[in-house]
Amino acid sequence: MSATWWAVLGGAAACYLTKLAGHRVPAHWLAQPRVARVSALVTVALLAALVGVQTFTSGGALVLDARVVALAVAAVALALRAPFIVVVILAAAVAALLRAVG
Amino acid sequence: MPDLDRRRALRQAASVSVATGLYGISFGALAVTAGLSTLQAQALSVLMFTGGSQFAFIGIVGAGGGGLAAAATATLLGARNALYGAVVSPFLQVRGLRRLAAAHVTIDESTAVSTAQRDPQTARLGFWWAGLGVFVLWNACTLVGSVVGDALGDPRRWGLDAAAGAAFLGLLWPRLAARRAQVVAAGAVVVALALTPVTPAGVPVLAAAVVAVVVGWRIPAAASRATVEDT
Repeated sequence: MSATWWAVLGGAAACYLTKLAGHRVPAHWLAQPRVARVSALVTVALLAALVGVQTFTSGGALVLDARVVALAVAAVALALRAPFIVVVILAAAVAALLRAVG
Repeated sequence: MPDLDRRRALRQAASVSVATGLYGISFGALAVTAGLSTLQAQALSVLMFTGGSQFAFIGIVGAGGGGLAAAATATLLGARNALYGAVVSPFLQVRGLRRLAAAHVTIDESTAVSTAQRDPQTARLGFWWAGLGVFVLWNACTLVGSVVGDALGDPRRWGLDAAAGAAFLGLLWPRLAARRAQVVAAGAVVVALALTPVTPAGVPVLAAAVVAVVVGWRIPAAASRATVEDT
């Protein structure tokens, strides 16, 4: 089995056990403000870091290209409350268009 | 339960399922362009079944990161599902196999629909219909997306690399209401970009999570109530 398959199955198992733990541990363990706070902020930090890495890096180097413009357009679309799928397609279209013309 | 409440819960579950299912198409397409096989993309949607974690997994793999970093990032991003489990389990009242099934569909959408209901019975209805509805549509659309993604060829030509960043921004956006969340997000981007040239792929994103743990842990107790409410 390839390394990717191990990661798929291992990651899936870890995610499932996390969900199950929430159903099984006493509610007051997870109801602590500090736990809720750290969990919410970890989600924010990981997603923000992924936005940064997906948009500004390529092959381990910092890069500015069509993706930056596409992300800006996506941000405007989100601010205008566009649905998720529209935001994603719009970003792809902007990057594809910029590459096609230049 | 009143018929009106029941119908409203079902309507909410249906609209959430359709909206979420649709972005399953983008997940499937991005998964195969990140280098996963159609079967691996599908395995993530069936077995991992938590959108943010799945996007994170393929993002790390696509950037050349190792399997361990991809699985670890996905798991950390799924940590919030444990909190959802603690929220929904008191009114779900399930044991045995049903609890194992309930855990699998404990995600953003099922929790949101169920906690929006007024009584426990409607909350249960909302949880199951949203959870199972998203599961079915998310998986069907993943398959469509991965087949389409495979047929597209060079992902850059179609701007799919830019779509990945936009997908993460879309997941992040609703969580940025609080000032503290905005600060953590900015700090995480800076840390991740600063580490990118000097660490293996996957490490920068994991390191950014440390920012959140430090900030979240150190907020004085007096500020904590307000923080929980706005994050």
